[in-house]
Amino acid sequence: MTELEEARERYCADFERFKQKAARNGGGWTYPLRKTAISRFAEVAFPTTRDEEWKYTSVAPIVKVRFRRADPRPEGVTPRTLAQTGAGELAKNRLVFVNGHYSERLSSVRSLPGGVKVESLAAALVNDPAAVEPYLARHASYQDHAFVALNTAFMEDGAFVHVPKGCVIDEPIHLLFVSTSNGEATVSYPRNLIVIDSDSQVKIVESYVEVGGRGYLTNGVTEVIAGENSVIDHCKLERENETAFHVATLQARLGRSSNFVSHSITLGGALIRNDVNVMLDGEGGDCTLNGLYLGTGERHIDNHTRIDHMKPHCVSRELYKGILDGKVKAVFNGKIVVGKDARKTDAKQTNRNLLLSEEATIDTKPQLEIFNNDVKCSHASTIGRLDENALFYLRSRGLGLETARALLTYAFASEVVNQIKIAPVRAGLDDLLTARLQKICQA
Amino acid sequence: MLEIRNLHASAAEREILRGIDLTVNAGEVHAIMGPNGSGKSTLAHVLSGREPYEVTAGEVTYEGKNLLEMAPEERARAGIFLAFQYPVEIPGVSTTYFLKAALNATRKHRGLEELDAMDFLALLKEKTALVEMDQGLLNRPINEGFSGGEKKRNEIFQMAVLDPKLAILDETDSGLDIDALRIVAHGVDQLRNKDRATILITHYQRLLNYIIPDYVHVLFDGRIVMSGGKELAHELEQRGYSWIEERLQAGSVS
Repeated sequence: MTELEEARERYCADFERFKQKAARNGGGWTYPLRKTAISRFAEVAFPTTRDEEWKYTSVAPIVKVRFRRADPRPEGVTPRTLAQTGAGELAKNRLVFVNGHYSERLSSVRSLPGGVKVESLAAALVNDPAAVEPYLARHASYQDHAFVALNTAFMEDGAFVHVPKGCVIDEPIHLLFVSTSNGEATVSYPRNLIVIDSDSQVKIVESYVEVGGRGYLTNGVTEVIAGENSVIDHCKLERENETAFHVATLQARLGRSSNFVSHSITLGGALIRNDVNVMLDGEGGDCTLNGLYLGTGERHIDNHTRIDHMKPHCVSRELYKGILDGKVKAVFNGKIVVGKDARKTDAKQTNRNLLLSEEATIDTKPQLEIFNNDVKCSHASTIGRLDENALFYLRSRGLGLETARALLTYAFASEVVNQIKIAPVRAGLDDLLTARLQKICQA
Repeated sequence: MLEIRNLHASAAEREILRGIDLTVNAGEVHAIMGPNGSGKSTLAHVLSGREPYEVTAGEVTYEGKNLLEMAPEERARAGIFLAFQYPVEIPGVSTTYFLKAALNATRKHRGLEELDAMDFLALLKEKTALVEMDQGLLNRPINEGFSGGEKKRNEIFQMAVLDPKLAILDETDSGLDIDALRIVAHGVDQLRNKDRATILITHYQRLLNYIIPDYVHVLFDGRIVMSGGKELAHELEQRGYSWIEERLQAGSVS
């Protein structure tokens, strides 16, 4: 039996053990969904580099590990250890998940308008199926994606956010995922469902950090359903350590005249794969997908984005920037599909990469598929090094070589950072980047 | 302050400077003129430490130290300032931020305390007035989207803030209209004092109507072929560089 087949058997067998637990916990109505998802996983199995969508990313390091499903009651994570990660105090409203499981003790939800739900998905599955069922797993497709299929089969917890019609929430909502372990390789399946009804406005931050976790896998899925005329500002911060595996899909469906901004910031992990898919499914929708990935050592960072323009007059803007040092391998694959009804589409995609070392590599691939003539689409990708003229200019004014390098690298990143409108996220990221880049540029 | 002895330098294995001798003392203004390709900018680059010029022979001492062994930032901290012929645009870094880092690096080197935000802003305000620079430009990325005149003014403004001992101005006058030239030249002239030496590298004599040099040197084919007082510049203006060429061919230049 090959490693892939063995892994498939292993996950399917684990599902047989898991399904009783899932039913016991009260979310029994999800069983048919889970069953379909695991069956689909058994059919598609883990991807290999022969799959076009995984051509430059081998998941072999994930496939070969016998992960145990993460413990729902991990000890050792306290408000204090959380504060040390620097992610603890980002917002007043925060849901904290330890190894994928909601921690009431660490969470605090204050200052939210009435009717807004910000709670554990596990609880919502049991107590509020009517609110969850119309949306859950109806957007993030598990048909062709083994990791989404596994998440759908094994999901237990995550955040459920529901903002009713016409509700404006100024304070950001922070979903904080903390991983910890006692040395054992574990897997968690965070599942977030974010439903924003029409005319509402919300800011959501997803952070992934670790407190002593090593060699674990986070396999996450976030679904965002944006109602008509809603405004959603989303930011995902991935800052786990250099042993962590992280595979995640963000799937958003945008209604008429809605506005969705999502920043995906990747600063950590050993093997990272982010899929961000947006469906512009109503006229006049507007989406901005920005990303920043910073890699050192031997990390592998893969960002896949897909924007489907389905309806007329939608705008999409995409800017992904990468800073790659050491032996990092990075991948950017940005697909824009303009459907036959999507006249007056205005799509612009840019991917820029800064290589700080001789050995870092990037595979960048823009893809435009356009089925309507009345559109404006452009894409650009660049790979470069620090500008020698700019370096000399700074040095000729007295800045040391390392400081000059760090400053120019920071300037490269700032184009993305400055677009983050959630002020505490921007400020925190600024500090983090400055420190990180100083360290990289000294080496 | 600056002693250049028999300086030879090449780029891409082509010799550009072929034996330069020059002594510059505190308080002096030296103009270096010459036609295109004579080596003017190469001299400025070698003095400021820009790669990829390779010094193949000769020596340069600055305040008694071997200048050629110093990194560009060490030269800057020791008081050398180069105003670029083509100032570089740097997206994402504001002039204010950059200049504060630069000034404090220099102050640290000189054993001075870092300037606090209030003092620094006061300094910026004073020096922008010198070159009639719009303060709004300071918060924009360095030189990004600046006009040619604004870029050159920004150079002189930076020079005023950093207060160098030796200023090297590489064709700061080139490409400026007469109003911008007047402002830039006025700024440079205001910065003249008994402790500061200035090397003006220029293609055109007109800058020297505003900044009267103590010495004028003519650079030709990598060598200084003629030196004199300010009247030499006028003579060059009237007779053109071909006059030098003819005299060189006649063997009458010493």
